[in-house]
Amino acid sequence: MAEREAEHSDDAAVINRAGVAALLQALVDSGHHLVGPTVRDGAIIYTDITGLTDLPQGWTDRQAGGSYRLERRGDAALFGYAATPQSWKRFLHLPTVRLWRAERTDDGFAISEAPEPARKIALIAARACDLQAIAIQDRVLQGGRYPDPGYAARRRDIFVVAVNCGSAGGTCFCVSMQTGPRVRSGFDLALTELIDGDRHEFLVEVGSPGGAALLAQLPRRRAGGDDVAAAAAVVARTAAAMGRAMPRPADVPALLRRNLEHPRWEAVADRCLSCANCTMVCPTCFCTSVEDTISLDGRTAERVQRWDSCFTMDFSHVHGGSVRASPRSRYRQWMTHKLSTWWEQFGTSGCVGCGRCITWCPVGIDITEEVAAIAASDGAGGARGTP
Amino acid sequence: MPAARRPKLAVWKFASCDGCQLTILDCEDELLALADAVEIAYFPEARRGQIRGPYDLSLVEGSVTTPHDRERIQAVRRASKKLVTIGACATAGGIQALRNFADVRAFAAAVYASPQYIETLSASTAIARHVPVDFELRGCPIDKTQLLDVMTAFLYGRKPNVPAHSVCLDCKREGNLCVMVAHGTACLGPVTQTGCGVLCPSHNRGCYGCFGPKETPNTAALAAWLRRLGLGDGEIMRLYRTFNADADAFRDESRRHGP
Ligand code: SF4
Ligand code: SF4
Ligand code: SF4
Repeated sequence: MAEREAEHSDDAAVINRAGVAALLQALVDSGHHLVGPTVRDGAIIYTDITGLTDLPQGWTDRQAGGSYRLERRGDAALFGYAATPQSWKRFLHLPTVRLWRAERTDDGFAISEAPEPARKIALIAARACDLQAIAIQDRVLQGGRYPDPGYAARRRDIFVVAVNCGSAGGTCFCVSMQTGPRVRSGFDLALTELIDGDRHEFLVEVGSPGGAALLAQLPRRRAGGDDVAAAAAVVARTAAAMGRAMPRPADVPALLRRNLEHPRWEAVADRCLSCANCTMVCPTCFCTSVEDTISLDGRTAERVQRWDSCFTMDFSHVHGGSVRASPRSRYRQWMTHKLSTWWEQFGTSGCVGCGRCITWCPVGIDITEEVAAIAASDGAGGARGTP
Repeated sequence: MPAARRPKLAVWKFASCDGCQLTILDCEDELLALADAVEIAYFPEARRGQIRGPYDLSLVEGSVTTPHDRERIQAVRRASKKLVTIGACATAGGIQALRNFADVRAFAAAVYASPQYIETLSASTAIARHVPVDFELRGCPIDKTQLLDVMTAFLYGRKPNVPAHSVCLDCKREGNLCVMVAHGTACLGPVTQTGCGVLCPSHNRGCYGCFGPKETPNTAALAAWLRRLGLGDGEIMRLYRTFNADADAFRDESRRHGP
């Protein structure tokens, strides 16, 4: 997949619903497993799909702190919803992976590596924040000296069909994080859904040679200036409808750094359940731990890697106990890492403004509101603290 | 096998429904391996004879509810090198700990024709309130995979893989939709220790708290949210007061919402 930025370029085209169906079919024909949005159990989730009929046509969502409801739209939009309950992380950085298995032999033991064969997947309807999050996980999981081979293998062959958001969710704040709602890189093809009266079309922009080759196979027409303008208007409308904003985003890393003893941490800990939902749904949170098991007869052993969270006591357990025993210190660790120390570690923010941690927190704790509260009484609690 | 002599296993019953003991017999695929790995020395649900103690590992099911139980658990402890309690009764007093919130004599009078013959304590209590316990395995009933893991850990001298975090963490790993956020269904998952395999949320039900309070449970914050979802004091009280009614965090929270 190309890293180059897409312009509203000459190779942009316009397709209709049949064109979307043909696009999905062409991906299947070229050996891709489609992973995309569909309605299940009262939400629009990313899962394996087979084609156009699985898409959440006419559905949207209403999101707020600790609340998500599926709702009907007044039109037949295919992509008229905001962030899904979980991100693409589920498919690239798996919740559970067996790393190896060992069998006892006559003179010791033999290790068999069990790399899961990586599926060639196509991500259907990835959003700007999603792609930013994948770029962040790339840096963490395969950008350093010790890349995660499983992640790298799953990641390598993905085909990305992105969608410029046509509707902002109640907890979205990508505009303030400068990550959306328009996709800028990391995709093969990008769609903008154009609905107006009887019109139901999609502007398609090309992000890679693979995307261009695929587009060439589809029934389409060349995009005109008015199509491009209509797509820009969709994105502008979405940008103006953000449910939330991160206050003074450029200041946040320093703000948190100088407010480690702010009384707000205590206040949020009174409400925080340390349940870890925020870290599980966050598309950039990458932490895992490994668990070793032995069979009862002692003949086989295996090591499994699982998503873990800085909200558990075990995660920071060292000799003598947990380093972050209080929920206050655990919430602070999470938020300061996301918004502040991530910059030092990886050169970006760890937050893309998708709003998932707000919607899926069972008690509606809101990262933007917590930052705003600290900003409003900057310096309360003394200048410095210990992490 | 690590030891030349197979370690002796004993399974004891106090006030309980036998469901946790039966989880051992429910380990159908692993039962033969288990019988190879340990000598089942005392287990009335599974064998008639009894091999004398001391026992290397005692699994204790049930709570202490009578004066006789109180003495017997001391004898069990004395005869056991390692003592592991299994299930909500043994680790938190069980559903029968509902008596702790009322007058047990009134219950006895309502149930028995001649309550004067009933010799019972006023409270149902966890085993750890009476003797030192080496490990507590939670659940109503316990989970078979966790039980096998604890026994394997005991055999090989490693730490059991029994995490103390929330049900939510596993709920998300499973990829479930959160019933509380998406449906407004009350769920105890955020304050409950994992271990059941996320049974209820996987079937679109809220968690009932069978595995008791997780580490650092914020029962008050969840109760405040449940109130916003429309639950009254009585409902919140009953939610916290079930199989783990006498576990500290659940007991204290239920008392804030009822008698
Ligand atoms: S912030 Fe919310 S989701 Fe995160 S651990 Fe606390 S209660 Fe759970
Ligand atoms: S911290 Fe919250 S809003 Fe930011 S990327 Fe993670 S889940 Fe999304
Ligand atoms: S359904 Fe229950 S256990 Fe699952 S994430 Fe929601 S609150 Fe937690």
